[in-house]
Amino acid sequence: MSVGLEHYLVLSAILFAIGLYGALSKRNTIAILLCIEIMLNAVNIALVAFSRFVAPQMLTGQVFVIFIMAVAAAEAAVGLAIIMAIYRRKGTVDPTEIDSMKR
Amino acid sequence: MAMDFAFWLLAIVSVAAALAVVLLRDVFRAALALVLCFIMVAGLYVTLSADFLAAVQILVYVGAISILLILGIMLTRDVQRGSPPNKLRFPALLVALLFIGTAIFAVFNTPWGISAGAPVEPTTATLAGKLFGENGYILTVEIAAVLLLAAIIGAIVLVREK
Repeated sequence: MSVGLEHYLVLSAILFAIGLYGALSKRNTIAILLCIEIMLNAVNIALVAFSRFVAPQMLTGQVFVIFIMAVAAAEAAVGLAIIMAIYRRKGTVDPTEIDSMKR
Repeated sequence: MAMDFAFWLLAIVSVAAALAVVLLRDVFRAALALVLCFIMVAGLYVTLSADFLAAVQILVYVGAISILLILGIMLTRDVQRGSPPNKLRFPALLVALLFIGTAIFAVFNTPWGISAGAPVEPTTATLAGKLFGENGYILTVEIAAVLLLAAIIGAIVLVREK
């Protein structure tokens, strides 16, 4: 069986699940950001695969991927700035210790 | 045939790199594994004949975002603590496995309208037409520009010394 749409979608699902597990189970905020980047990349693979196999002349999926990349860059910049501000104030990047909104 | 081999190689290495990101306790090594994962994803774009996106992936993810993340690790590094898992580890594993099962079930039970047409190559001119041409996504491009500007200003405001 030659490689088709299903292969790429299953690979995308596996990468997304790995990122999801990491984002839920890490105790370092930067590691959580790394895992979110994996999830965004998994979604991009699925979109490009749809664009290639379902509508190969349209490229709409690739346009969406470009916008996802722009939003991911903005997200990484703002997320790291928030982590910096919290680290400067509290001296930790452990999300289980950043719980002032729970009290 | 060569494409199939390339797909399997890239898929296995990217999944292994993603697992290394999640499982390594040293955050810096995790970031390096993430760079490897990004490069493999760029290779996957090449196998999907998305040449422009592969170049953008290398430039934006490997070049910019990973440098930003490594800078963040350097500035907030808890060397002795690393990134241990929290106590939600097994529920999180369960959620991830449930997600994989549901997604694979959905993928294999949906009748995808596979088109046999040849892909556009090279994609750059077509993408530019889509983004900037008539009936394209020009409004979204401008909104993305405003979003990036807002993100830059927000990041500066957040990390500025009082």
